[in-house]
Amino acid sequence: MLQFLIRRLTGAVVIMFLIGAFTFFLFYTIPQDFAALSCGKNCSPENLAVIRENLGLDKPITTQFWTFMVGIVAGRDFAQGHCAAPCLGMSFDSGDFVWDSIVDRFPLTVSLTVGGLIIFLVLGLGSGMLAAWKRGTKVDKFVSGASMVLSSFQIYFLGAIVLGLMVYSTGWMENPSYTPFTEDPLAWATGLLIPWAVMATIFTAQYTRMARSTMIEQLQEEHVRTARAKGMPQRYVFFRYAWRGSLTPIVTIIGMDLSALLSGAVVTEFTFDLAGVGRLAVDASVSKDLPLTMGVMLFGAFFILLLNIVVDIAYAYIDPRVRLA
Amino acid sequence: MTTLTKTEDKPAPTGPEAFLSVRDLRVAFSTEDGVVRAVDGLSFDIERGKTLGIVGESGSGKSVTNLTVLGLHNRKTTDIQGEIILDGQELTTASEKEMEKIRGNKAAMIFQDPLTALSPYYTVGRQLSEPFMKHRGASKKEAKDRAIEMLAKVGIPQPQTRFDDYPHQFSGGMRQRAMIAMSLMCDPELLIADEPTTALDVTVQAQILDLLRDLQQEFGSAIIFITHDLGVIANMADDLLVMYAGRAVERGSVREVLSEPKHPYTWGLLSSMPRLGGDTSEALVPIPGTPPSLLNPPTGCRFHPRCRFRDEVPGDLCSTERPLLADGRAAACHLTGEQKQSIFIDQIKPRLG
Amino acid sequence: MSENVTLPQQGAKQQGEALLKVEGLQKHFPIYGGFPFKRQVGAVKAVDGVDLTMFAGESLGLVGESGCGKSTTGRLITRLLEPTGGKIEYAGQDITHAKRKQLAPIRSEIQMIFQDPYSSLNPRQTVGTIIKSPMEVNGINPPGGREKRVRELLETVGLNPEHYNRFPHEFSGGQRQRIGVARALALQPKLIIADEPVSALDVSIQAQVVNLLQKVQEEMGIAFLFIAHDLAVVRHFSQRVAVMYLGKVVEVADRDSLYNRPRHPYTHALLSAVPEATVDGPQRERIRLAGDVPSPINPPTGCRFRTRCWKAQEKCATDEPPLVQISGNAEGHLTACHFPEEPTIKGGKEVVLDPALASLESDSK
Repeated sequence: MLQFLIRRLTGAVVIMFLIGAFTFFLFYTIPQDFAALSCGKNCSPENLAVIRENLGLDKPITTQFWTFMVGIVAGRDFAQGHCAAPCLGMSFDSGDFVWDSIVDRFPLTVSLTVGGLIIFLVLGLGSGMLAAWKRGTKVDKFVSGASMVLSSFQIYFLGAIVLGLMVYSTGWMENPSYTPFTEDPLAWATGLLIPWAVMATIFTAQYTRMARSTMIEQLQEEHVRTARAKGMPQRYVFFRYAWRGSLTPIVTIIGMDLSALLSGAVVTEFTFDLAGVGRLAVDASVSKDLPLTMGVMLFGAFFILLLNIVVDIAYAYIDPRVRLA
Repeated sequence: MTTLTKTEDKPAPTGPEAFLSVRDLRVAFSTEDGVVRAVDGLSFDIERGKTLGIVGESGSGKSVTNLTVLGLHNRKTTDIQGEIILDGQELTTASEKEMEKIRGNKAAMIFQDPLTALSPYYTVGRQLSEPFMKHRGASKKEAKDRAIEMLAKVGIPQPQTRFDDYPHQFSGGMRQRAMIAMSLMCDPELLIADEPTTALDVTVQAQILDLLRDLQQEFGSAIIFITHDLGVIANMADDLLVMYAGRAVERGSVREVLSEPKHPYTWGLLSSMPRLGGDTSEALVPIPGTPPSLLNPPTGCRFHPRCRFRDEVPGDLCSTERPLLADGRAAACHLTGEQKQSIFIDQIKPRLG
Repeated sequence: MSENVTLPQQGAKQQGEALLKVEGLQKHFPIYGGFPFKRQVGAVKAVDGVDLTMFAGESLGLVGESGCGKSTTGRLITRLLEPTGGKIEYAGQDITHAKRKQLAPIRSEIQMIFQDPYSSLNPRQTVGTIIKSPMEVNGINPPGGREKRVRELLETVGLNPEHYNRFPHEFSGGQRQRIGVARALALQPKLIIADEPVSALDVSIQAQVVNLLQKVQEEMGIAFLFIAHDLAVVRHFSQRVAVMYLGKVVEVADRDSLYNRPRHPYTHALLSAVPEATVDGPQRERIRLAGDVPSPINPPTGCRFRTRCWKAQEKCATDEPPLVQISGNAEGHLTACHFPEEPTIKGGKEVVLDPALASLESDSK
């Protein structure tokens, strides 16, 4: 287990480095003077030179990359002051440290993700299992049909409808907004209720279908039949035997969705005009803000790799045939 | 000898001593392609302590029949008619709750592939203990003691430590032993073994077959032994039922069926298998054609399209009328007793050596 | 053992040059693991020193239980797998590590028939294409064209030539296996490796395919390496039979000697375990081994069968018995055993090593 962790973490660091290098050098293929961008419209040559030096743009690319990477581990000094590790550099656009910007936006993203996740896991897995249990009945047909229709919806479409209905025409609810949980839990929840509901609806539909199909597959497994042949009650067979086998594929998908959501739920954030990490990422790449783009990319990659490891560990707990070594 | 009449040494099928009695069982399930009549009018009996072998190829309905006995079929898509009477209790109309009380308790099952038939997620010990706790209301400790006792009985070395192992940590033969131990946990009076040795190697198969036979002597269970291999059944069963395309075509004691088979399908099976002592210069005599689809089975005798002897039956009897299987020692075939006997002696027996 | 060794030559009296000669053939599948860097920590010794000789037109059976390496041996000979060690000689030519180019002419002479007729045929190709493609790959243009040849082949294997344009799923298992045979015959091979060709088929269909293979073998003079676990089928099909255990050949002999006068304890155990569909057959030995075959990752030292053998002594653990002709055996009957059995399978000999059986049976007595 420890060996597994060390090996996987080492691997993750290497991959992060490669992602960083790839993004960095790819960015430089864009024909663009980043210093000029940062300097603004009426920029004197002297100013430009200062900015260039300050940003380190006068040095060779490899040196710049190296400085950037060292900054992540050891921190870095800018004219504006010391940027503590993990220093992802300084935004060209705003002049803020990238790490601070991300940390600033991250609570919203986490709130969106965790709230949505709890709703869609409970509803999605629950209704999927219900449909599998009642396979072939009207309940199953209704659940399957509804999830089919809902999963073909898009967040921006559903979001616009809900906003229009609940906020603009009836005024029953406020426009979605973010209040930190630590400040006012109630405002936190009510402000995010609509985004959670909309996001969860789409995901619920997908998880319902997935849970239903994996459960049905598992229920046809021979070992499930053996459990019934032993006289174990249907409920027990369903929840202990079939459900256990469904966990592996479900955990795989949860891991993938969770890492995607944590690195920014772009569509959700735009639809409800919320400033999370996803919004930051899009803004950064639109304005060709290299350090900021690099920062959110690496931040996202970190979650993907982390959740990969978490999922692998989960596999070993779910399935004793999986050995971590 | 004469045929098709009841022989005296066989009890009448509905006799009171029959522990399990299946009467005119019909099982049909609806699929996307149509209705599959997997079992079509099957009757058999089995007494306590005896072994009934059911032989047939894939699609003969032998496995479906036995899943139905324990109610393990899909109730929504399967239509069942006829009677299944286990120790006086009618099972086709029994509720799921009533069936749960019987399964693994009065009647247990052993499946073909112990790798897929045991859950990979739970320890062998837990899987063994569950039915004992459920049916006997035993505590965890009692169930564990019983499981260890049974594991030892079936020849698992160090049962105390193996109790906590997962099935994948067992070898193929050991897994099947664990499966057998599991089926015997509640001392079942009926044991249904569905191709229990097909997935095993021949030397392991020999061990498991002997083990089942020895255990039967100790436990006194009735065994239904399902197989496609006439060789496996020869040393296991008392009585034999040969199935083809959802119907029983021949019935008798193992000795009778193997030494004087009466149905052209049984003849075909026996003369298509090579034997260790057979004459290698003699070519095998296969059964022509392929087993029929049960979506659209042949009319009359279901074997008639593949039968070498149908021309010996006058008219189109074979393709229009279903030959019935009489009680006791019998074969479901339109050939007369004399015809069967002379065909067997002249054409079949010389090949069997 | 040393006093009763004669020439360790296999099939000495067999006709002429060997078609295929396999010496000390090995295939080890590496196992990786370790820390911090993965490295090879062991190997599954699937085939570990197999010696075999085959002559043109003969049928050699290869029997053994799962994991004994019989299928791997077949795949090594067709060079679907790269041998780890040893030597494969085909028609006097060393093909052990031959490159693709060198193998090309030989590939058409050695063909393979697989076990599973459902997965070994491409479901998206017509039967015609499946049988034709070996000819296309090897640039063979039979007189009258490839299509005509395919139709002839379909007829040879007992299928309707008009089924040329059908797809595999339209055929039953037995018919699919016939398609596999036609494909193997398309290049007029000299050697066919048949890997469990009938074990996936229903009993009533097996005989059809066995008869077809026999007809092909006799009429076309093709040598067959018939790999199977069913001893009765192998006996019916093969003039000579080799028995494998844990990656090695433990006994090889002509059919009559092997089935009636086996010397290796394992052969005795195998034969006694075969279930026979008779109720009054002659009394046979009853040998019930204990447990399963040991892991090929860590095979026993010396004789590999010793851990399950009732005759094993100290010597068996230290010295590996060579595959030789033991005195009293027919020519070409080779056995790898220090303490061979009497050459008979008759009589009521009983060896019960299985502890569960032994205890149950002693209770009831």
